[in-house]
Amino acid sequence: MSNRHIVVLGNGITGITAARTLRKRSNHRITVVSGETDHHFSRTALMYIFMGDMRYEDTKPYPDDFWPKNRIELKRGWVQSINTQQKQLLFKNQESLSYDTLILATGSKPNRFAWPGEELEGVQGLYSYQDLEMMERNVKGAKRAVLVGGGLIGVEVAEMLLSRGVQVTFLVREKTFWGSVLPKEESAMINREIRAHGVDLRLETGLQEILANTAGGVRAVRTLTGEEIPCEMVFLTAGVSPQIEMVKDSGIDCDRGILVDRFLRTSAPDVWAGGDCAQHREVPEGRRPVEQVWYTGKIQGERMAANICGDHSEYDPGIWFNSAKFFDIEYQTYGLVMPKLKQGEKTFYWEHPEGNKSIRINFEESSGAVLGMNVFGIRHRHALWEKWILEKTSIQEVLSHLGAANFDPEFYKQYESEIIHAFNLHYPNQSVELKTKKGLFSKFLEEFFK
Amino acid sequence: MSDITANLAYESHSIAHHGPRLRIREKIALTAMALGSMFLALSLIAVNAGTSEMIKSLWFNFSWILAIGGGGYFALSKHLMDRPGVRNQGKTTDSLTSRGAWGWMIGIVFTSFYICLYWFPGQLEGLVRIHDPFSLFMRGRAADEWFVYGTIYTILTLLMGAKAIAKYRHNRYQIIRTSVIMIVQLSFSYLFPVLAAKFSQPEIYFSYLWPLAYDKLFPGSIDHFLHSGAIGYFIIGWFVIGTFVATPVLTYYFGKRWYCSWVCGCGGLANTMGDSWRQVSDKSLKSWKIERWTIHTVLAFIVILTLILWFEPYLPVLFKEIAFQMRKFYAFVIGAAFSGVIGVGFYPLMGTRVWCRFGCPMAAVLGLLQRFNSRFRITTNGAQCISCGNCSKYCEMGIDVRHYAQRGQNIIRASCVGCGICATVCPRGVLSLENGPQENRYNQEQGLSLLGKMKSK
Ligand SMILES: Cc1cc2nc3c(=O)[nH]c(=O)nc-3n(C[C@H](O)[C@H](O)[C@H](O)COP(=O)(O)OP(=O)(O)OC[C@H]3O[C@@H](n4cnc5c(N)ncnc54)[C@H](O)[C@@H]3O)c2cc1C
Ligand code: SF4
Ligand code: SF4
Repeated sequence: MSNRHIVVLGNGITGITAARTLRKRSNHRITVVSGETDHHFSRTALMYIFMGDMRYEDTKPYPDDFWPKNRIELKRGWVQSINTQQKQLLFKNQESLSYDTLILATGSKPNRFAWPGEELEGVQGLYSYQDLEMMERNVKGAKRAVLVGGGLIGVEVAEMLLSRGVQVTFLVREKTFWGSVLPKEESAMINREIRAHGVDLRLETGLQEILANTAGGVRAVRTLTGEEIPCEMVFLTAGVSPQIEMVKDSGIDCDRGILVDRFLRTSAPDVWAGGDCAQHREVPEGRRPVEQVWYTGKIQGERMAANICGDHSEYDPGIWFNSAKFFDIEYQTYGLVMPKLKQGEKTFYWEHPEGNKSIRINFEESSGAVLGMNVFGIRHRHALWEKWILEKTSIQEVLSHLGAANFDPEFYKQYESEIIHAFNLHYPNQSVELKTKKGLFSKFLEEFFK
Repeated sequence: MSDITANLAYESHSIAHHGPRLRIREKIALTAMALGSMFLALSLIAVNAGTSEMIKSLWFNFSWILAIGGGGYFALSKHLMDRPGVRNQGKTTDSLTSRGAWGWMIGIVFTSFYICLYWFPGQLEGLVRIHDPFSLFMRGRAADEWFVYGTIYTILTLLMGAKAIAKYRHNRYQIIRTSVIMIVQLSFSYLFPVLAAKFSQPEIYFSYLWPLAYDKLFPGSIDHFLHSGAIGYFIIGWFVIGTFVATPVLTYYFGKRWYCSWVCGCGGLANTMGDSWRQVSDKSLKSWKIERWTIHTVLAFIVILTLILWFEPYLPVLFKEIAFQMRKFYAFVIGAAFSGVIGVGFYPLMGTRVWCRFGCPMAAVLGLLQRFNSRFRITTNGAQCISCGNCSKYCEMGIDVRHYAQRGQNIIRASCVGCGICATVCPRGVLSLENGPQENRYNQEQGLSLLGKMKSK
């Protein structure tokens, strides 16, 4: 294959995985373009930079000499538009860059809802490194911040601000935190955790407007019920949406995101898109059209690169999984657990009396096959759950080997017997006995990994 | 709607818990600690051999009570004020823990102490003398600089061990491990030798094995024990079995950590007093290269020296002189300058395990065993890693844990001491220290649909 110039727009996890995979598999000239930072860093670690757990340098997954060593050229600059006929990127500073193949991996931007006052100084979201710098400026002298919109980034912002002694009022429109994703028991647990850390969490409270002070900064917000909450900072944390500004006039088909087929091709020749900015025309089963998580960016980056190198395979993310941390409670999920049960679906839920650990397993009523699980405050093994869900293992079988999925550190208290006890109380005629305790190579796992 | 009064309660709570401000109580404790330490330092110039027993005793009690009481209260309260959980906020911004002015100052104080201890013990005279009454009580003789060193070392391990337990109290691996380290330091490395001295028995540190205690298996030492009666035989048995049986067997089952993170006093001090500085260790490939050279050179040196000593009778006379010079060199350059001055003195500048990482011959042996013949590994949980970097940042051995975790690979590195902190700080539950069969140790979870695809890359 002759050497082409492949330009990757975006140096986030998607773009970088694409570039690395291309380098491993080909001799093409590779250029990665980004306006945000010179080098790839881990966006998921933004909070740790602000809180002083890590420096910016520590969040770079690869050392700076990795790029020249691997002949990946880096170009810093903001792209204004794309000319798909002439195969050219046009930068804000009037420079241009030609490509033979283009990968779009431009990520997301915080949602805005045209709230009055959202353009004021002191109102911001948290997505980019520039947002973090802005936060660093805005936090000076701030006593109270109001966060608008509940979600994972909102919780992180709350923790960040508290670490600097700023009080936080959190406005959430739903009845309960992250209620569009979590069933009510888990969501209630997170409500408690957020409040226990000193956040003034206001559920079922919407934003009316942001009020200015005389200097063009923030003085207060007014809620939909008319209450005024004085504050110096406002965070818009009601989700993110694809960053597609620069493709708007390029003729590439877009909806919410850049539309791609199952091979991750866009409507323009030799232009591919993946990660947060892409929207799948055909949605894989159990998935969403736009997926804004780290590992899907990784898989899509790899898939684009492989397809450019001549593979012809579809994006296949496998079963859904994710993880997060709400202050001190870790959360993992495997398979699909919706806030409301679907037809023919049953659920089993156990919660520790202290209310900071829980496990939920959803299963098919007819066959008992496990469909998905949520676990809070306990760590579980990804590989094993993936296998159980793929193989439609029954809940009885899963519970009797639950210890094998336990991934907590050594010496931790194990709750498998309590969990099974709770199950047996709930479903007396399907009762289960614990066969596998924790221990990596308990018999069951040894079989499994053979 | 949320409850307004509850919110107010949360507010006052939030300032106390998350703000960088200290309460009056912590400030008083901090002042007491500073005062106590100042008095300890002052003894260096104000006390001498002529000082009366009563003054010495008062000085000793006054300064240690203030230092321990104040330091202990401050250290515990700092963590207990907060809810249990991972708390590393400010580590990279505070001058003390990020190689700032305070870090350098503490580094200089530690280093100066070690320089005096090894080469100018006379300078410590005042400090040694205030420990006379205590030494008399403990072991029936006047204090010397090594008794004072052991006492300070043990106090710091216990005090900062309590702090480490408070800090990691949400994690039982850390609680149990730290407690064991504290108990081993107090008993094996302090009370046993001290009591042995009292009853005129050989002062043996049972927790230090060859090649760390490099002369334990020298023919001279063995000969000496052979002449100390039954207890001598026991001691020889202990060290021979310790080195040639216990070391490979325990390392096979549990990895290097059984020694480095559960028994060894150097590791003990690192994981208690040094815990605040674990993050300053260098993570670059270059330091990994340097580390492999230095640590194995030290090991080779000790092995060669031990062999020469054993075979001396059969070797040309020249070797007697070589062995003598080697011993002298080792004692000065490695035993003193490396393990003490740099190893501990540089905690705030190069991280807590400088000696364990770059110099310790025991760590080298355990590392080789762990790398090639052990059931220990750190398992990476599927594809959950988000490359945040906490694990690498807080690895005291400078291992780039993330490098492996983000590729879905298990971590098997000679230098890993199994402290478990990478697994503790990971916000996504990705890492777990485990012992298991050796096959597929590097990647036992391969072969699954998505994971298989991601890992093979
Ligand atoms: C605070 C925070 C915490 C998160 N935590 C998690 C988590 O715990 N787990 C998880 O799975 N996901 C998490 N996410 C989401 C995750 O970070 C994203 O899904 C992922 O980073 C998307 O990667 P990407 O490469 O597609 O896009 P991005 O990382 O957004 O990269 C896109 C890059 O393209 C650049 N770019 C865009 N437009 C232009 C232009 N016109 N010119 C030049 N450059 C341009 C951007 O500046 C950016 O550098 C988090 C996100 C945030 C903000
Ligand atoms: S890799 Fe983890 S367990 Fe090993 S030394 Fe580093 S932090 Fe400790
Ligand atoms: S701390 Fe956990 S999530 Fe972060 S890089 Fe390390 S293994 Fe990955």
